Amino acid sequence: MPANRFNNFTNYGIGIGLRVPHYGHILSRKPTVDWFEIISENFMVDGGRPLKVLDSILDQYRVVQHGVAIYFGSSDGLNRTHLAKLKRLVKRTNTPWVSDHLCWGSVDGSYSHDLLPLPYTFEAARHVAQRIREARDYLEVPILVENVSSYAEFHASEMTEWEFLSEVVERADAGILLDVNNIYVSSQNHNFNPYDYLDHIPHGRVGQIHIAGHSKFEKYILDTHDHPVLDPVWKMYAHAIGLIGPTATLLEWDDRIPSFDEVHAEALKAGRFCTDLVRQPAAV
Amino acid sequence: MKKNLLSIQRAFATAIMRPLTPGERMKAKWVNGKSTRQVATEFIKPNNRLTSFERLEIYNRQYWFRLLGCFYDDFPGLLALLGEKRFHAMAVAYLTKYPSHSYTLRDLGDRLEKFLAHEPRWTARYPGLARDIVRLEWAHIVAFDGESLPPLEIDDLLGSDPATLRLTPQPCITFLACDYPVDDFLLRVRRRVEPSGEASNAMNERSKRKKASKPRLPAPEKIWLAVHRSDNAVYYKRLEPEAYLICSALKKGLTLQAACERALRRKKADEPFSAKLQAWFAQWASFGWFYRAE
Repeated sequence: MPANRFNNFTNYGIGIGLRVPHYGHILSRKPTVDWFEIISENFMVDGGRPLKVLDSILDQYRVVQHGVAIYFGSSDGLNRTHLAKLKRLVKRTNTPWVSDHLCWGSVDGSYSHDLLPLPYTFEAARHVAQRIREARDYLEVPILVENVSSYAEFHASEMTEWEFLSEVVERADAGILLDVNNIYVSSQNHNFNPYDYLDHIPHGRVGQIHIAGHSKFEKYILDTHDHPVLDPVWKMYAHAIGLIGPTATLLEWDDRIPSFDEVHAEALKAGRFCTDLVRQPAAV
Repeated sequence: MKKNLLSIQRAFATAIMRPLTPGERMKAKWVNGKSTRQVATEFIKPNNRLTSFERLEIYNRQYWFRLLGCFYDDFPGLLALLGEKRFHAMAVAYLTKYPSHSYTLRDLGDRLEKFLAHEPRWTARYPGLARDIVRLEWAHIVAFDGESLPPLEIDDLLGSDPATLRLTPQPCITFLACDYPVDDFLLRVRRRVEPSGEASNAMNERSKRKKASKPRLPAPEKIWLAVHRSDNAVYYKRLEPEAYLICSALKKGLTLQAACERALRRKKADEPFSAKLQAWFAQWASFGWFYRAE
């Protein structure tokens, strides 16, 4: 299952997000890292330092593109300028797959720059699936959609989030970027059992996993990506790879970013779960 | 009646893009004077800890925290000029009038100069200085990651007819005529602040910014600038007024000859211009400022 058509039959191992504070360390020390995930939009520029750094990284490392602004769920049509720039970047990085979120973020031409939750309706599922197909046809690379963390639910919803995710990826014949931390955050915010989510998605479609830290507030949890991964999320991760198999995994750390070594060490903890799984498959 | 996807998204966007109250909460009144609580209840489910209003408010706050954080990073000079309170109010007014129309936060401030020209009340005490700062800060953004095409070498010009030759400045270069020495001002400001980070969609807690004392404001002084990129770093290069005339004329698409004639009309009668012109073009070519328009 780890290498499948949704991740272009790759088996990438444990990666970390490429972030500005680590550029100097990575380019000068050239640490051993399985792969880097880049935020596509940070490099969908016409020139300058971002592309220079990216090219230096590409000389040494495997890179996978993760986007934050396709907004498959927006009622607006797909932004063709965005897609054209994304495709140009795909050619530059040779990314084996492209991921973005199962969300919306713009309406009537105005952009929120946020990953906004969708109502879990059949209408929305059809709409999102159609747009994923359009984007994939244009980009000519497999697309993984990532479940987002959310803080609101809609009266209009007709199914659970995991049913909606399954409905979308089945209709679009797309892969899943399973964000285990997001499932945990949403489960706490919406009072569902996160293991029901993990158990009921189409495991064969998972091409990548995200893990991250979050912040607890009095009445809700925010997906802040500014902490190490918390224990409940590691437990869910172990359960997930027990179901899915060792899968390309990426640690996200986007705020209060510590040293490269600290982030990398946190990411490599995920590798131990995968190794244990290979050694003792029956124990998981 | 059940709302469809578009109507849900319009209602949601209306809620989150409305400015927060001074206490950074969601507004109690909806756009039509109805209660926001009532509107939120119509499409957002409450849970056992949060009302519909409170759940929507999380997104309303995050929208403003994210966009304002980006705006503060992009315009540190204008922030230093106006002070935090006025800058914040101006930024909210700008983003309300001109919500982001691009998939990238990089373009957030692309209509700020236009906004301030139409709403001078935000910069009433320093309209000229504010305009110059905003133009320079936007030019900085363009220079940072704008397009750069294979440059012309000086030898490429040999044998060309200046009457028909069009040299086009790189898209990432901006030429500015300013009434204030905003280059020095902005460099001083930039040395004192560091941007908060890069684009990601993780949720932010409210930005915490150190309060810095207001820098000394520059006295009026005409300057001419090229905001360009060299070896992937952004530079502000002062130009002589005639050099600015040539570069800006080339940017407008004039031929090399027409551009130089504009500068010739301005120079002093006894000035040895041709040597100067040669030196300028040699330097600009070494910076890779021009490419040949097809």
